[in-house]
Amino acid sequence: MSQAYAKKSVLWDWLTTVDHKKIGILYLAAGGFFFALGGLEAMLMRIQLMFPELGFVSEQTFNELLTMHGTTMIFLAAMPLLFGFMNYIVPLQIGARDVAFPFLNSLGFWLFLAGGILLNLSWFLGGAPDAGWTAYTPLSSAYSGTGIDYYVLGLQISGAGTLIAGINFLVTIINMRAPGMSMMRMPLFTWSSFVASALILFAFPALTIGLLLLMLERLFGATYFAVDMGGNVVIWQHLFWIFGHPEVYILILPAFGIFSEVLATFSKKRLFGYSAMVFATLIIGFLGFMVWAHHMFTVGIGPVANAIFAVATMAIAVPTGIKIFNWLFTMWGGRIQFTTANLFAIGFIPSFVMGGVTGVMLATSAANYQFHDTYFVVAHFHYVIIGGVVLGLFAGAFYWWPRMFGYKLNETLGKWFFWLFLFGFHLTFFVQHFVGLMGMPRRVASYLPGQGLDGLNLISSVGAFFMAVAFLLFVWNVIVSVKNKAEADPWDGRTLEWGIPSPTPEYNFAQTPLVRELDALWYEKMHGNGKLKAAEPLDDIHMPNGSILPVIMSIGLFIASFGLIYHVHPVTIIGLLITFGCMFVRSIKEDHGYHIHKEDIQKEEGAG
Amino acid sequence: MAQAEQVKHDQALPPYPEKATLEGKNKFLGFWFFLGGETVLFASLFGTYLGLRNGVADGPTSQELFHLDLVFYMTMILLTSSLTSVFAIINMKKGNYKGLLGWMWATVALGVAFLSFEIYEFWDYTVNYGLGFTTSAFASSFYTLVGTHGAHVLFGVLWISTLLIRYAKTGLTLTNAPKFYTASLYWHFIDVVWVFIFTVVYLMGV
Repeated sequence: MSQAYAKKSVLWDWLTTVDHKKIGILYLAAGGFFFALGGLEAMLMRIQLMFPELGFVSEQTFNELLTMHGTTMIFLAAMPLLFGFMNYIVPLQIGARDVAFPFLNSLGFWLFLAGGILLNLSWFLGGAPDAGWTAYTPLSSAYSGTGIDYYVLGLQISGAGTLIAGINFLVTIINMRAPGMSMMRMPLFTWSSFVASALILFAFPALTIGLLLLMLERLFGATYFAVDMGGNVVIWQHLFWIFGHPEVYILILPAFGIFSEVLATFSKKRLFGYSAMVFATLIIGFLGFMVWAHHMFTVGIGPVANAIFAVATMAIAVPTGIKIFNWLFTMWGGRIQFTTANLFAIGFIPSFVMGGVTGVMLATSAANYQFHDTYFVVAHFHYVIIGGVVLGLFAGAFYWWPRMFGYKLNETLGKWFFWLFLFGFHLTFFVQHFVGLMGMPRRVASYLPGQGLDGLNLISSVGAFFMAVAFLLFVWNVIVSVKNKAEADPWDGRTLEWGIPSPTPEYNFAQTPLVRELDALWYEKMHGNGKLKAAEPLDDIHMPNGSILPVIMSIGLFIASFGLIYHVHPVTIIGLLITFGCMFVRSIKEDHGYHIHKEDIQKEEGAG
Repeated sequence: MAQAEQVKHDQALPPYPEKATLEGKNKFLGFWFFLGGETVLFASLFGTYLGLRNGVADGPTSQELFHLDLVFYMTMILLTSSLTSVFAIINMKKGNYKGLLGWMWATVALGVAFLSFEIYEFWDYTVNYGLGFTTSAFASSFYTLVGTHGAHVLFGVLWISTLLIRYAKTGLTLTNAPKFYTASLYWHFIDVVWVFIFTVVYLMGV
C-alpha cells in the first residue's frame, strides 16, 4: 500500500502529506522564502539610511518596510525555520515513528503559510502594515490604514498554526519517546524544543487575545484602546509583551539546542554539564515569562514595578552564563573539527555574549530612559537574534542537511559564507550601538547631515551588503551541492537521528530503538556493534493517511479574513463555513491509516 | 485504529478506554495542554476586563446592570451540566453506553438553556439599558469576556451533539471513548471559567 500511495502526483503528495519529515521540509522552504523577503526589506531600509536625507523610499514606505521586516523575520522566518528542524529532527532524536498529531501538524503548517501569504498580500492591496512590528495602540487602532487589518488577521491565522505545533511537540516528546529514552537522556535540541513548545503554549494565547481585541476595535467599533471611551492603550502593550517576551526565548532556546548538538558532535565529547544545561533551559523558560514589562520601563508603570522587572530580567543572565560556560567546557580538551556547522556554533558564542551584555545594560531601568527607542536597542536585539537564532539556524542547516536532504553542503563555500556573514553582521550592528548612544532614534526614515551619524550609518549599510552577498552564497551552495551525496552518518554523530539509513525512510525506524544511555548512538558505537539495539521485533508499521483537509481549512480562514478586512460579511461566513465544515468532516470520518508490511520494510532496509 | 473496530463489545474494553491506545493517550494529554492555553486566553480577557471595568464613559455601570438572580440561575444550570457530564463518564467507565448517551444529551440540553439565558441577558442590556458593544470600554470588555465564554459553550454544545449523533449506534469503542472523554473535560473547563466570571464580573460588579 505504501507503493500505491507513492504513485500519486508529486504536488498532491506534498499538499496532503502528514509526514513530519516532509512538513519539516515545507517549513524550511516557506521559512527560507520569507527569510529572503525579510532580508530584502532590510536591504531597502539600509540603502535608504546609507546617506543622510536620501529619498530612496518615502517615509510611508519606510514605515511599511520596517513593520514588515520585523513581523516577517520573527513570525514567518525565524520561527518556521526552527519548526522545520524541530519537525524533522525531534521525532528522530527520541526514536519515534511520527509526531503525536500528524494531521494537526500539517494543519499547523498550512495555517502558518496562509497567514504569511495574507500578510504579504497587503503590499499589493492598499499598503502594508505601518505601525511597527509591535503595532502599539492607539497608532495601530486609530491612526493606521488597512495594512494593520492584514497584520491582525495574518498573525492570528499563523499564530493558531504555531499553537497547534507547540501542543504537538509537547505531546510527542512526552508520550512517544522510545523505550529507555528517559527525559534526562533526551538530546538538548529535543529538550530546548520541549521548553520552547511550553512557552508557545502559554504565550501565544495572549497574542491571540491582543489581536482579537485589536480586530474588534478596528473592524467592529470596540473601545478597549479609545481613551475618550474609558479605554486604556497600555493594555495592548501588556498583552503584546506577555506574548512577545517569551517569543524571544521561543526563538533562542531551540537555537541553543542546536549549538549544544553541534558543539558536542564536533568536539567529540559528550556535552559538558548536561543536567545543568537542562536545568538552565527550564529556568530561562520560566524567567522568560516573568519579565515582559521590561519593554515598558518608560510607559510609567512606576519605579517599584520597574525595579522588580529589572532584577528579574538581569537574573536571566545567570542560567545563560551557565550555558555559555558549559559550551566552552564542552570544547575544552575536545578534538575540535572546524566544520562550517561548528564555525557557526563557535562564532555564536562571542556574538551572543555581546548581545547579552547590552541586554543587561538595557535592563537597568534607570539607564533605559537613555537607551529607549534608539539604535542601541536595535543593535542589542539584532545581536541576540542574528548572533543567536540566525547563526543557530545556519549551524543547524549545515549540520542536518545531509540527514534531511541526503546530500552534504559544500564546506569551502560554506566557510566563505560563514566568514562573510559574520563579518557583515558585526560591521552592520556593532556601529549601531554608537549611533544609538549618539541619539539616533530607531524607526526613523532619515537623519540630518553633519550630526556625526553619516559615517557610521554608511558602515552599517555596507555591512548589510556583506550579509546579503553571504546569503546568496548559501543559496548557491544549496543548489550546487546536490551532487555531494552523503552517507547516513557523515559527522560521526552521537544521537539517534544519525542511526538510520539515508534517505530517511518514511517510517523512520524499522524497529523502535532501545536507548541505553545519553547520546544513544555514540554509546552503541563505543560499547556495542555501532548499531542501535531494537526494542521490538520487526513488524508491520502503522502509518496515518494523508489529507487535503488542512489546506482547505486554511483557505477557508484566508477567505474569511478578506471578508473581515473589506466588511463583506457573506464572504466571512462562507470562509468560516468552509473551515468549520472541514472540522466537522474530520471529526465524523474515521480514518484508520494504513500499514507498511514487514516484507516491504525488509526489502527497503536491505537495499539501504 | 484498526483494532478499535474489532473490540465493539463493552465487556471487551480495557478499564480506561479513553487512554488505552496511544492515540487516546495523545489526545488526552494534548487536550490538557490545549486547556492550559485556553487558561491563558481567558486570563488575558479577565485582565483586560479588570483593567477596563470602570471605564464606563457615559454608558451604564455594572451596578446598574447586573441582576444576581439571573446570574444565579445561569450558574446553577451550568454547574448542573457539569454534574450530568460526570454521570456520563461514570456510565462510560461502567460500560453502560446508553447511560453515557443519555447523560450527555442532558448536558447538551442544559448548555442550550444556559445559552438562552445569556442571549436574553445580552438582549436585555442592549435594549433596555443601552449597553451596546461600542458604548464604552467597559461594555466592549464585558461582552468580549462573557461572549467568548458563551461562544465556547456554543462550540461545546455543537461538538457534543455531533459526537452523540455520529456515535448513536456504534457502542463504546477505543476510537470514540477518548472523544467523549475530552469533550467532557472541555465542558468542565468552561464551567470553571464561568465560576470565575461569576465571581470577578458579577459578584465584584454589583
